Amino acid sequence: MEAALSVENLRAYYLTRYFGVVREVRAVDDISLEVKRNEIYGLAGESSSGKTTFIKTIAAAIRPPLKVVSGSVKYSFLDRDIYGLSPKALSAVRWKHLSYITQGSMNVLNPIRRVRQSFIDFALRHTRLSKRDFFDTVESHLARMQLEPTVLSAYPHELSGGMRQRVAIALATICRPEFIIADEPTTALDVVVQKSVLRMIREAQQQLGSSMIFVTHDLTVHANIADRLGIMYAGRLVEEAPTTEIFHNPMHPYAAHLVASLPRIGDLRPRKALSGAPPNLADPPSGCRFHPRCPLAMDICRRVHPALTTLAANHRVACYAASPLVKPSAELASELAASPDREPIKLPQ
Amino acid sequence: MSSDLLTVDQITKVYSTGGMLSRSAVAAVEKVSFSLHAGRPEIFAIIGESGSGKTTLARIILNMLAPTSGTITFRGTDFSKMHGRRRRLEFMRQVQPIFQNPFEAFNPLKRVDRYLFASASRFVGLRGRDAREAIADRALKQVGLSFAEVKGRFPHELSGGQLQRTAIARALVSSPALIIADEPVSMVDASLRMSIVNLFKSLRDELKVSIIYITHDLATAYYISDRVMIMQKGKVVETGPARDVLSNPRHPYTVLLRESVLSLDDADRPLDGKNLK
Repeated sequence: MEAALSVENLRAYYLTRYFGVVREVRAVDDISLEVKRNEIYGLAGESSSGKTTFIKTIAAAIRPPLKVVSGSVKYSFLDRDIYGLSPKALSAVRWKHLSYITQGSMNVLNPIRRVRQSFIDFALRHTRLSKRDFFDTVESHLARMQLEPTVLSAYPHELSGGMRQRVAIALATICRPEFIIADEPTTALDVVVQKSVLRMIREAQQQLGSSMIFVTHDLTVHANIADRLGIMYAGRLVEEAPTTEIFHNPMHPYAAHLVASLPRIGDLRPRKALSGAPPNLADPPSGCRFHPRCPLAMDICRRVHPALTTLAANHRVACYAASPLVKPSAELASELAASPDREPIKLPQ
Repeated sequence: MSSDLLTVDQITKVYSTGGMLSRSAVAAVEKVSFSLHAGRPEIFAIIGESGSGKTTLARIILNMLAPTSGTITFRGTDFSKMHGRRRRLEFMRQVQPIFQNPFEAFNPLKRVDRYLFASASRFVGLRGRDAREAIADRALKQVGLSFAEVKGRFPHELSGGQLQRTAIARALVSSPALIIADEPVSMVDASLRMSIVNLFKSLRDELKVSIIYITHDLATAYYISDRVMIMQKGKVVETGPARDVLSNPRHPYTVLLRESVLSLDDADRPLDGKNLK
């Protein structure tokens, strides 16, 4: 089956220069993944693991000091890399083919205009409909999402947080995009509302047959929505597997810790905490970036980072301890030097 | 009553909004009562959604906000009626807060150790660098850090987990009897969250500190607390031993909260949008 999104060896760094000292923050470091058609791909990781940078990169929302150093991002609806597009071509793609659900829906909806205006601003030009036909479509779309058409006449502040997030989802799906990026869409919501918003996202995705990348740090949310799950740590993908597989058979020690440490109602066994702190991406540990906190760290872990290796069907892990099949990845430096298509790094002046 | 550490009696807080012509009143906290026993340190969880009045209640208990009606007595004394710096410091020495976001709790332009020193001189009355360093080090050791790790550091030089531990250490400097923690782990990374939660347990068991743990997360509340109080729109809807209330909720709102908790076991069910009811 053709992938809806395929990312290959993506590296995106923040490059800054203060008083002549160049500082490089490797926020996304050599990530390869595929999102299949009609699939929700969950991306988990704590703060500063590079989740948001990854999203910015695949949405082609790249502003200095962020810089894509190498790699490619290909969508099924585009015949080439998304970076190859002119701003004009990009704006034709956005919302029509690629849309976005953010954490704070207040930031999406214009606070001083009615919701109706946001629909016009975002979607009207992509539909090529007259205004009247457009709002017929919008109303039937809202009805499918179990929203009253009266929300169109409301101002964003008049709606509750959950309602606003539903409107933002309706707005993101009105053009029936092939691909949806959801960045922590339920984090700001209360527990009671969270579940209904998740259900709505799932239903919208199934009706449209879209593919989705769903990013959150909350593993319990992933358990409820993602088909496959990728775990990020310090800018790298360390494990990827179908969601059930991650929860029952996590192979990377970091993933195993995350799953084991979640408290559950009805279970009082003491939970162990992970020692140490998340690494500083401006000065990451050598080799496997998890090794200073890893209970299984070996000598090789300190030297070369392990390649993300397919161990079982759909299960990729980057940890030497998981299996002897995991081999060191080619040394980063030599690999970078060998890749001919790498652009020279230009620093923002 | 004298055996109670803290008694909250019929506390009500009404906020009124609007101008002279269109005034409307919102009861953020309505007739809330509970008490903590002095001889038996416990973790008392206050659970509720945003807007349920749990933070307002915390501010009232901390004597930062005056209630519209009702009284709070700490060790038999109503400190909101006490005036003067000495009595106020006496209260603050015994009741300490921990806030949600450690990056907002500390001034980014000030070194972190300064907060520890300020607490040491203000609440313990210590003078001189050595004495204050010793007490700061003792408090930091209690949370699994040491003074050498935070000395001269600015907040951005510490990770979120370290900073939240430092905030807890600062609260411990004055050896309080009660700590009020308002969503202390919701801004902390997943891999560090359990270390903070486990720390609260050891504070209760080893230092005999009572903790009011305010949260919206039922799973951690179940994990650490002894008693819970569920709030909805300013009112207490259910209260009791944590395991009983969260395992067999009786009030419809608690049942709703309990059912809304996402469970890892849902990962095994087919995802057709129907299981998310």
